[in-house]
Amino acid sequence: MVPLWMFLLVAAALFCIGTFAVLSRRNAIAILMGVELMLNAVNINLVAFWRYGTPETMMGQAFTAFVMVVAAAEAAVGLAIIIAVYRSRKSVVVEEVDLMRG
Amino acid sequence: MVELNAHTVVFAIFSIITLGGAVGVVWNRNLVSSSYWLIFSLFGVAGLFVLLSAPFLAAVQVLVYIGAVGILITFSVMLTRGMTQIKDVFNRQSAASGVVAVLLFVVLLVGVVLPVWGPSGALSSAPASDVVATTAELGVALVDGSQYVLPFELVSLLLTAALLGAIVIARDQDK
Amino acid sequence: MNFDANDMNFLPWLIPAAPLLAFFVIVLITNRARWLPGTAHEYSGDGQHPHYHGLLVPVVTDWGRVASIVVGMSGVVAAWLMSLVVVSNALGPNIELGKDVFASSIAWLATGQTTFSMRVMIDPLTTVMLVMVPLACTMIFIYSIGYMAHDPRQARFFALISLFAAAMLTLVVADNLLLLFVGWEVMGLCSYLLIGFWYEKDSAYQAAIKAFTTTRVADVVMLLGIAYLYTQTGTLSFREILYNEEVLHQLASTPALLIGSWGVSAAGLIGVFLIIGTVGKSAQFPLHVWLPDAMEGPTPVSAMIHAAAMVSAGIYAVIRMYPLFAAGGHPHQGDLTLPLMFMAVVGAVTALFAATIAVAQNDVKRVLAYSTISQLGFMMAALGIGGYVAATFHLITHAFFKALLFMASGAVIHGVEHGHQHGQGHGHNGHGHDDQGHEAHDSHDVQAEHGHEAHGHGHGGERPDAGLPDHSFDPQDMLNMGGMRKTMPVTFWTFLIGGLSLAGLPLVTAGFWSKDEILADAWYGLSHGYGAHTLVFVCLVLAATMTAFYTMRQLGLTFWGEPRTAAAKHAGLPVGPVSVSMTLPLIILAVLAVIAGYVGVHPDFPLFGALFSSNGNPFFNFVGPTLLEKPEKLAFDWVPVFFSFAAALGGIAVGYWVYWRKPLEAGQEDPAIKALGPVYDLLKNKYYFDELYERVFIRPSQWFATAVVSEFVDHGIIDGFLHLLARLANWIGEFFKALNLWLIDGVGDGIPKLIGDFGFWFRRIQTGRVQQYLLLVLIAALLIGVIFAISAGLLQAAG
Repeated sequence: MVPLWMFLLVAAALFCIGTFAVLSRRNAIAILMGVELMLNAVNINLVAFWRYGTPETMMGQAFTAFVMVVAAAEAAVGLAIIIAVYRSRKSVVVEEVDLMRG
Repeated sequence: MVELNAHTVVFAIFSIITLGGAVGVVWNRNLVSSSYWLIFSLFGVAGLFVLLSAPFLAAVQVLVYIGAVGILITFSVMLTRGMTQIKDVFNRQSAASGVVAVLLFVVLLVGVVLPVWGPSGALSSAPASDVVATTAELGVALVDGSQYVLPFELVSLLLTAALLGAIVIARDQDK
Repeated sequence: MNFDANDMNFLPWLIPAAPLLAFFVIVLITNRARWLPGTAHEYSGDGQHPHYHGLLVPVVTDWGRVASIVVGMSGVVAAWLMSLVVVSNALGPNIELGKDVFASSIAWLATGQTTFSMRVMIDPLTTVMLVMVPLACTMIFIYSIGYMAHDPRQARFFALISLFAAAMLTLVVADNLLLLFVGWEVMGLCSYLLIGFWYEKDSAYQAAIKAFTTTRVADVVMLLGIAYLYTQTGTLSFREILYNEEVLHQLASTPALLIGSWGVSAAGLIGVFLIIGTVGKSAQFPLHVWLPDAMEGPTPVSAMIHAAAMVSAGIYAVIRMYPLFAAGGHPHQGDLTLPLMFMAVVGAVTALFAATIAVAQNDVKRVLAYSTISQLGFMMAALGIGGYVAATFHLITHAFFKALLFMASGAVIHGVEHGHQHGQGHGHNGHGHDDQGHEAHDSHDVQAEHGHEAHGHGHGGERPDAGLPDHSFDPQDMLNMGGMRKTMPVTFWTFLIGGLSLAGLPLVTAGFWSKDEILADAWYGLSHGYGAHTLVFVCLVLAATMTAFYTMRQLGLTFWGEPRTAAAKHAGLPVGPVSVSMTLPLIILAVLAVIAGYVGVHPDFPLFGALFSSNGNPFFNFVGPTLLEKPEKLAFDWVPVFFSFAAALGGIAVGYWVYWRKPLEAGQEDPAIKALGPVYDLLKNKYYFDELYERVFIRPSQWFATAVVSEFVDHGIIDGFLHLLARLANWIGEFFKALNLWLIDGVGDGIPKLIGDFGFWFRRIQTGRVQQYLLLVLIAALLIGVIFAISAGLLQAAG
């Protein structure tokens, strides 16, 4: 089988790409996509560690399943917020949403 | 160090799909294309799950991410259509972000992955066992009183709450 | 403990739990009120309530009202069904309940070395109570649906009577004095809340306080008794005290605290304390004063207090504790212990005394109230002379016919109120007015709802006896009635059956059989020349005669002759569910008021004994084994039977001759006034007991409160000291004020200014851009990671 570190490598790369999207894109939906990529990287890690560590238990798969549910919830709420913001400000550019500025 | 067999080739293909899709998500100007790239990338992740002997998760990945989240994102893009063609894709800190992302990757790779699990790492990088729990066992574990039934119920509650919350937030207040 | 509903040992826990749950559900969930402007509908027959004029008052929504009724009913019906299961198991052929009770316990409190267990127990006595209490409660609940139908606080009412029923059932199934006392006290609270249910009425509110404080006086004494018993025996469990020869013997032979030198045993002192508790709860002389005033509550509450719960609880407690009272004595051999003697005297005196007062009362419910006191006296007296089974029997039959009488009198009052409105045209006027209001505000939700309720009011008659002080017409006054047998036939016949049962009409009514048993017990002692038995016999025969007389008076004044007022002429229950729910329980209880007596017929009674008791007296055989030493069966004797006949028939005959032969005309004086002369005044004013208590207890305590506590202690000593303190504090304050202005303000103003300036400068890093924050977080994380890696490498290199 492919050694574990290669999976970790792919996951790390995916995570960093997602991070970059989150940090640099202006569109909120693109940021959300970046978050999804990061979550998937985590899922790859979880499943990989499970497969190479303790495949006879259910821990890794169960956690992954929970992460997926949380990610789905996050996507739903996040997109709802984006739509609400768009409706009120006619913009989804995060830099323009700076009500919290000191 | 890595044998070139069918398994490795498939791994390579899915890795390329995953990472390539991810890069597509980041670089594309058009958000609609971005969302398609996202679906592509997530499909790659599903393939990796299959390679990791987690067919159920792969199926869930396809159903939930590609089927639901992908569509949701596509819809959101369309609902905020005025924003699909904004001129500046990246913000002012994109260069710094790129540096940080690459640095993060290097630190992870050099600082954690390779020293611990790498070819000459401290821990074995081979599977500990070939006995893999089946999907049936996963099903039992999720509703077993001694295992994951509480997180399972909590997470279903969370999902319900999130969906209700999403509806409340996204509802048009004027009507 | 095994939590299995089919387990008879466990089921008793659930019986009180059902109405208790109903109470919580109603209070917490279904009792939802809306705030509406207080108007005629909620608070009086005509016009605004003076105190609530224009204010918002809570009105339970229709939904909440119906849900509350459903919840309350299901609670009590569930309790009733579970009781039936328990009772049918208890009556099973293979069970000797006297020896092997159904019981289960859970640990409750740890007191020092011992753990106090909460235990329930079903023995024959409990079984008999479980036949009576839940059934009577269910009837009262059904009746309340109709009776309270137009009360804005019906949901609250159902919550409270559910709690009441739960408390009573707890008390019945309890196996120790403390749990019994818990039920006892909760009932005291419920009676307070329910007697004062119409708290807008000053008299109801006063009556509630009177009932609460009077019973409280007795309860404190009872608690003393319980505490004393616990110190003596280390347990309060009935099984461990009352069915344990050794404990009883030890209690009877230990001299009592303080007064032991006078020949009083511990058992005697404890007994007297516990009996005083009952004297308060069951309204015996001299703590009877609260019970007649308790008539201010809604009539179902009166039925609850007088029949199913409260006062029965008092008698039940003494019946339950009887072995303790009798410890060291042999009542059937004329050897009465102090508690038994106390009970016999109090009971006999109360029975006679209350019966005489009842003769001169004109309020239909007050007559019944005094008759209750009198009948409870019968039971106390019976128990005092060792008539354990007879007292229990009378408790059961009395509960049935007294619940019947109260509910029937409630129906009468309801009918008269209805007739009064009809006669004055109020119902119609109110109706039309409310309809206008309804149309005018139809679009407005709240108003529409309100109009709807008021509409129902116009139809459904009035909230009974909730009249305001300015309401000069008294719907409870029997002089305002008469001739109602024609307008309210069902009520008349059921009232008649209940009344005759109370009067003890020989052979056909339950009241006869149970009173006869008591007289037989007393006669047995009299024929052997025992003093207490003689007193009891004489008092009870006289009281029974008077009972028959005043019952006939009441029936005659209420139902016979021609209507004396327009209200009585038009009296009647509104057609519909109200009338059904109010008459159905009357009919069921009327049947019970007749047949309940046949379970306790003496086997040697001519004809009837052979008919109903061919295998011995069934009630006696069932309840007797509750005692450790089964009470001896008395031989049949003609003398007490003769006296029973004479008392009942004599009283009925005199009553007939005075009040039925020539029914009272409108405006005519009660013939008793002329016949009794000044005695009538004495009776009418209840021997001036309220006035006596006013002089002896209330005035002095008020004087003490005003003159001594308020003037001297409070204003003189305490206030003086406080004023000194205040002045001192003032000086210190002045000093600190000077200090404050100079030192603290200087520092205090400086620091905020510094912080403010810093904040003004520092806030610039708060850009409001999330991505920027994230980037910084990540850089920080990277730095930490790098530092961590370097330090780890250094450590590795070092060692």
